[in-house]
Formats: sequence, structure tokens, C-alpha cells
Amino acid sequence: MSSFMQQVINGLSLGSIYALIALGYTMVYGIIKLINFAHGEIFMIGAFVGYATIQFLNVGLIPALLVAMTASALLGVIIERVAYRPLRKSSRITALITAIGVSYLIQNGMIQWVGPNVRSFPQVLTNTRYDLGFFSISRIQLIIFGTSIILMIALQLIVHQTKMGKAMRAVSMDPEAAQLMGINVNHVISFTFMLGSALAGAGGVLVGLFYNTINPTMGFLPGLKAFIAAVLGGIGIIPGAMLGGILIGLTETMVVAYGNSLLRDAVVFVILILILLVRPSGILGKTTKEKV
Amino acid sequence: MLDVKELTVHYGAIEAIHNISFSVEEGEIVSLIGANGAGKTTILKTISGLIQPTSGQVSYYDKAIEKESAKQIVKEGISHVPEGRHVFGGMSVLENLEMGAFLRKDKEGIKRDLKRIYEYFPILEERRKQDAATLSGGEQQMLAMGRALMSRPKLLLLDEPSMGLAPIFIQGIFDIIKEINKEDTTVLLIEQNAKIALQIADRGYVLESGEVVQTGTGKELLASDAVQKAYLGG
Repeated sequence: MSSFMQQVINGLSLGSIYALIALGYTMVYGIIKLINFAHGEIFMIGAFVGYATIQFLNVGLIPALLVAMTASALLGVIIERVAYRPLRKSSRITALITAIGVSYLIQNGMIQWVGPNVRSFPQVLTNTRYDLGFFSISRIQLIIFGTSIILMIALQLIVHQTKMGKAMRAVSMDPEAAQLMGINVNHVISFTFMLGSALAGAGGVLVGLFYNTINPTMGFLPGLKAFIAAVLGGIGIIPGAMLGGILIGLTETMVVAYGNSLLRDAVVFVILILILLVRPSGILGKTTKEKV
Repeated sequence: MLDVKELTVHYGAIEAIHNISFSVEEGEIVSLIGANGAGKTTILKTISGLIQPTSGQVSYYDKAIEKESAKQIVKEGISHVPEGRHVFGGMSVLENLEMGAFLRKDKEGIKRDLKRIYEYFPILEERRKQDAATLSGGEQQMLAMGRALMSRPKLLLLDEPSMGLAPIFIQGIFDIIKEINKEDTTVLLIEQNAKIALQIADRGYVLESGEVVQTGTGKELLASDAVQKAYLGG
């Protein structure tokens, strides 16, 4: 029992990181119907910026998080501006292939620039474990939970309470009608990339902290898994990304703990295949009908 | 107030409207009528900045606006209720109305206008917390009109407000259009339902395959043989 609870805690902390990354996929998809395959690389850049900030500026975790989020947000906005906006009116497959191209460009650019080596993430805090009877929880896990929860609440507030957030939902529902309200669709799209990328950047720092290592290809697999999480929850739906992230994190942890750790990645992809076969719109997705 | 001159619009290689000219004076209700595919929607989309014309001018208070962004045009007081309503599903009725006031900063004025719209359409107040996608067609039309009015337009563009509505709703909607017009909003209306559109119109234009073929006051057009034959079944 206690070891099961322990696995649940581990799964939840991994899952909340996936959820942070999945949110970016889902928001961008919601607004421009593009799977931004460069999103995993934004996450990786977030980890590297966090690393550099701690290593070279000698600051604590919170400033490092903020710097990483800002840098990632900026990168996301630039990618959209340079690579996706000129293709806004092209077919979706064109944009998708471009996204894959951008992903490889950033990944290989970083390999060229900082080298392919794995670096160890500086330990900014002593990782004590708190024993709570049935299970124990590490300080880093608590930080992961805390940060993820705060960011997700902040995101919900932005999306539901602010004018820009409401404009985001309006554009994702109906871009043309949104224009008729006087909403500048380009600004809203940039804003969406900014938010989604900032969350991925935060995820990058948390992963660095959690696994202790970073490298230029670290964005690939978590990026794919977060994408699957977004599809699982229902792509385009914000609470769906949170739910999907948590479920993928739990599944992966359970497979490692009670199954075969070699299958951890395979199982996640099996989930993707199953969801696409059984319920392509995702757990929280609805098949939308237009009223006439 | 609005002066459209020799307007031609293409979708890719296809010409949607050809050399269209018409005008709307302040305080009027003007109806453009014509069958499906006559280019009516294209005209409204061009006025509201969603489409760029190939040639011709759209002037609003003697200022050329055909190259301005949709945002700028809303700011200057033209508001467009699109065909098929296009309310924002997944957002509440109130949020939809707030979106209509997106460019406004005068909180007090927004509050007052919200009240005014609830007076026009009491059902919207009743359903203000409901998801707009769950409203009936007639209620969505009211919401789309209320949303457009929230920007405090001087000129309201209405695209097929009667489309898909039960006759009882249609009369209600057109009564409100008259009322809105009385309260100092100029209306440019396009309709397939020629009869009702001409009944409330000061003036009308008849469009056929992208060109204006006839014009006159609402009454004249209602009485004209050509209109009778083509649109009123006899």
C-alpha cells in the first residue's frame, strides 16, 4: 500500500510536468489548429536558460524559473512570427512539416552551440524527504506540485477573467467573428504562443531539477508524451491537457514500478493509438455540432 | 454616410461582385436584396474589412476605409452581424456581449449599453450565464445583434438576420431592427427574404450575379414587377 502511494506521488509529479508542456500544445492547437512540434524544443531551451541562470548568475530557483519562462515565451513568439505566420493561409500539412523543421533546427542548433553532452543541473536546494507515514515526498516533488498548480491556476484566471484570455477563447472558437469584434487576431495568437511557451519553459526547469540532467535532445520524448497527453485529454481543451498530463505521468510511473521499465515509452504510444481508435476527440472532447 | 463606389471583389480568380455602387445615408435602413450567390455577403465583408477589394472605394463619412483593418473599422463605428450568427460557443451569453465591447474602455457606458440590450432582448439577460452554443437559432440571432450593438456602432451591418428562423421570431427581430434604427443607428441589411427586408427599408437595391440591377425606395421595389416576379413569387 505504502509503496503504491509512493508511486502515485511520483506519477503525479511527473504528470504535472507533462501537463505544463501539454497546455502549450493544446492552446496553440486550439487557436491555429497546428501541432507545434517545436514545443518540446522550447521546453529544452527553458531548461538550458534555467541552467545558465543558476550556474552563471548564481541565483535561486524562483528567479531562474522566471528568466527561463520569459526566454521561452520570447522564443515561442519569435517562432510563430518567423515560421508559422507566413504560412497561416497554407495547408495544415505545410505548417506541420515546418514545425518539425523548426524542432530539428533548434535541437541541432543547440547541439552545435553548447555541444551534445549531458550536463548536470545545478542543485539549488537540498533535497530533503518528508516522511508522511504511508509515503514520503521530496522537497523537489513539492516544488514541482506547487509550481505546476500555481501556474495552472494563473492560466485559468488569465483565460477566463482577463480580456485577452477571453479574446483567446473567442479567436479559437471563431477567428472571423473575433475580427468583427475588433480583436487583432495576430496579437492574440502571439499571446497564446507566449503563454504556452512560458509554461513549457517552467516545465524545462522543473525537469532539470527533478532528473538532474539536461541535454539538447531532452525535449524530444517529453514533447511527444505531452502531445499525447494533450490528445488524450482532448486537443484544444485546457482542462483536458491537465488531466491528460497527469494520466500519462501516472501510467508511465506505474509501468516502471509494476511492469517493465523498458516498456515505459511504448505504453504511452499504445495509449495514443487506443485513444485515436476509440475516442479521437479525447476524454473531455465533444464532437461539436453547429446549430443552424 | 457610407458610399460604395464601383466596388469589385475577387475570391482568387473568381469575381464575386462587379462594379457595385450604392450609398447609405445617416438614419436610414437600406436593404440589399438578391438570391443566394448574388454577392451580398461579400459586400458586407468588404465594408467591415474582412476582405480587400480588387478595385473601387468604400468611403465612410467621406473617408476611404477599404484598406483599413477590421479592428479600425469597428473602432470607427461600423459593426457587422455575420450570416449564421457566429456566436462564440463555449463562452457565456454575457461573455459574448463583453466581446462586442472589446475595444471600449468606458466601463460605465458598457454597463449602460448592456442594460439597453437586455431591454431589447430580455431572454439574453435570463440566459446570461448559459453557454451561447446552447441557445436556439432565434436567441443566437438576438445575441449576435446584441453583441454587435455593444460596440456602439453608428452603422450596423446585418447579414441575413431572418435565416433559419421561425416566422414568429423573424417578425420580432425585424421589430427590434426598426427600434434600433429609431435610436440613431443606421442599418444596412441584406436579405433573401425580400418582402420583409423591403417592408422596413427606406431604400433598397436589387442585386443579381454580382451587379446592382434595380434601386428605389422600399415601397417602390415591393411594388415593382421585376421584384415581384423574382423574389415574391408573383
